[in-house]
Amino acid sequence: MTTSLSRPPDSSERGAGDSQSALVSSESSDRSRATRAHPLVVTIDPKSAPRALFSGDELREIDLPVGSRVIYPRPPIDALNDADAAIRYALNHPLGSDPLHAKLWPGMKVVIAIDDVSVPLPPMRGPDARERVLTIVLQMLADHGVEDVELIVATSIHRRMTAREVRHVVGDRIFKAYWPDRLYNHDAEDPKGMKLVGTTSEGEVVELNRKAVESDLLIYVALNFVPMSGGHKSVSVGLCGYRSLRAHHNPRVMRECWSYMDPSASALSTSVDRMGRVAERALNIFHIEMTVNNRMFDRALGFLTKNEDDWSTFDRAAYRTLSATLSRVPQAARQAVFERVPSPYGITGVFAGECEAVHAQTIARAYAQYLVPIHGQADVLVCGVPYISPYNVNAFLNPLLVQVMAQGYLFNFYRGAPIVRKGGTMIVFHPCTDQFDQSQHASYVEFVHDVLPRTRDAMVMHRDFEEKFASNPAYLEMYRRGNAYHPAHPFFMWYWGEAGRQHLGRVIVVGADNDYIPKLLGWERARNFTEALLMASDTKRNPEITMLHVPPIIMADVTA
Amino acid sequence: MPASFFDVDGTLVRTNLVHPTLFYLANQPTPWRSFGSMARAVARAPRMALAEMIDRRRFNELLFAAYEGISRDRLLLLADEVFDGVLRSAVFTGARDLVQRCRAEGHDVVLVSGALDFLMARLARHLGATAVIGNRLEFRDGYATGKLERPIVAGPEKARLVRQWAAANGNDLADCFAYSDSYSDVPMLSVVGHPCAVNPDLRLLKLARTYAWPVVYLGKRPSAMAGLLERIP
Repeated sequence: MTTSLSRPPDSSERGAGDSQSALVSSESSDRSRATRAHPLVVTIDPKSAPRALFSGDELREIDLPVGSRVIYPRPPIDALNDADAAIRYALNHPLGSDPLHAKLWPGMKVVIAIDDVSVPLPPMRGPDARERVLTIVLQMLADHGVEDVELIVATSIHRRMTAREVRHVVGDRIFKAYWPDRLYNHDAEDPKGMKLVGTTSEGEVVELNRKAVESDLLIYVALNFVPMSGGHKSVSVGLCGYRSLRAHHNPRVMRECWSYMDPSASALSTSVDRMGRVAERALNIFHIEMTVNNRMFDRALGFLTKNEDDWSTFDRAAYRTLSATLSRVPQAARQAVFERVPSPYGITGVFAGECEAVHAQTIARAYAQYLVPIHGQADVLVCGVPYISPYNVNAFLNPLLVQVMAQGYLFNFYRGAPIVRKGGTMIVFHPCTDQFDQSQHASYVEFVHDVLPRTRDAMVMHRDFEEKFASNPAYLEMYRRGNAYHPAHPFFMWYWGEAGRQHLGRVIVVGADNDYIPKLLGWERARNFTEALLMASDTKRNPEITMLHVPPIIMADVTA
Repeated sequence: MPASFFDVDGTLVRTNLVHPTLFYLANQPTPWRSFGSMARAVARAPRMALAEMIDRRRFNELLFAAYEGISRDRLLLLADEVFDGVLRSAVFTGARDLVQRCRAEGHDVVLVSGALDFLMARLARHLGATAVIGNRLEFRDGYATGKLERPIVAGPEKARLVRQWAAANGNDLADCFAYSDSYSDVPMLSVVGHPCAVNPDLRLLKLARTYAWPVVYLGKRPSAMAGLLERIP
């Protein structure tokens, strides 16, 4: 399973008329890998087409060395034929709980919490799955004489969703009836709005939204986009504040996650579960979780998820048109185009009832959509970093979020062993432009330009800088009354990359439009993919290379 | 210990220096005196408008000339009414929370305003601020002369007063915060380590974006132009 550099290639990034890569692998390794590989794991051979990947909001083609593996996403699982019927069935036949209607009585106080705009990505074409659930649940509440109902967007310390975003998620009818007095964003910094629920055996403080705590019934409507969301995380993170988040959003815990996407191997998940159980004991909670398939692109862009060797003439023409268009229009226009195209995700499962029983089902459904088995780790992981993350909906993907996408998310899309070996190299594609949305990411600017030049050590940041930021009254005001992320959030974003940072030997970025941002992130910069490969071969001669062909989401189920 | 310095008019309250002045002029001992004072103020209005565009300090001097002849007793007697009738209801939603949060973080909170010190003292009590740097009327024989005591609190002078206050109270300016809505307060915002634009005018918004200062909207939404500026990368 080796790939050798027989001679330095001229360029492995395919512009117009570039030649196929000169990288050659040993035939035996190809054969051995080919016999064992899953159909979604494609081994590059001399006749393979170049691979397309995102570099921010542009597309690039690269020639991978022969023998490299490319992992493709599973095809979308069929959506439910009648999602509304599935929702009603789940509410009436819940797992480990009485049916929802049996928990209702006239005059009771009900709070419904919903996941925020960070899922799914990009936002779902209407009607959003949450709107479907809310429509049925609110009708059921009305039928049972329950009138005291409030809806809270469970943003935790994410930014507040705008009215337009909330309207997209809950639909016009619910929005008009409830916004803004009975449908609003969670405020983790409202001194009167939070209530201490308890403390775990490990001393983790569980402090949650007061309205939710003081309700007779809390219904949580979760849209499970990745395996790490949902379950106990819904309530104990979505409705908590900074005090509670500190228990697990810190570098010590992040270093013990293998990976975030595998709850059974994640210290973060373990801590969240402990806190969630405290909340479950104190509150009456009914969980509703939905899974969606990975149909991120409509038919017109469907070629982006296909093996490039199987592209039709139409696919290739579509790629060239899209790529040429994106490279010619200004960044703001590219962002606008992507922001305005919702994804045709389909609902694949609805589960309701007791937290852990429900979540076991959604995890299984998520794995069925995302897991692709692969044998053996790689020395080099290649990924394009796309234009979107959970934290920049309707905003620019700033440098800190590029780091989160690379070392936080893309690195962590595995179960079992990491895709890349300890000390290995990650090659990512992104311009790393020094640009920020100052409404959403105001505190990020200070983090990147004031904290990172002083230290990249997450432990030092946690000790010396985090609390100062987290208590900055100006940033907190932007979080509470504007649409900014909480000032602790940039720190959490840095910690999010901690497991990847500790594991990877180096990160090389291709396509950066400046030197200093990669340096601040602790990355190296290569002018092109060829140079990046040569740099990577300094660490390990004849590196084994694996490319993760995202988006949409893939999880590699790695057996070492 | 850090300190937070707040401009007041347009930052914490929606009124400006003119509103309390009009209240005083409209509440003179006799209707005739009120009428006369108002008429003189109206006559000065074009000069004040011009001064506002050129020099904030000159504007303050022209405005406070309207207080000439009003007794100290009367000013203080009416101060609670001015506060209740004009200022209290004009405090922006969230302004008190912001001041309280600064206090909770252990900051000294100082109101730095061109408004009169005795009115600012009442506002400071209401918001929970700890100190006031405000303009002081000059009195002779218990009556206002229509002039201000030096230094006049406006524009670049605010920066000097902030520095002086911090030095006297042991605040490291690098750890201090300042909040204002107006481009005329850029000197004050620039002397602290953590400047913040609140409900900024367009010139201040542009500057805040350039230097990545936090921008906060208290009690009002950004104007259409400000909203557009926020969207341009």
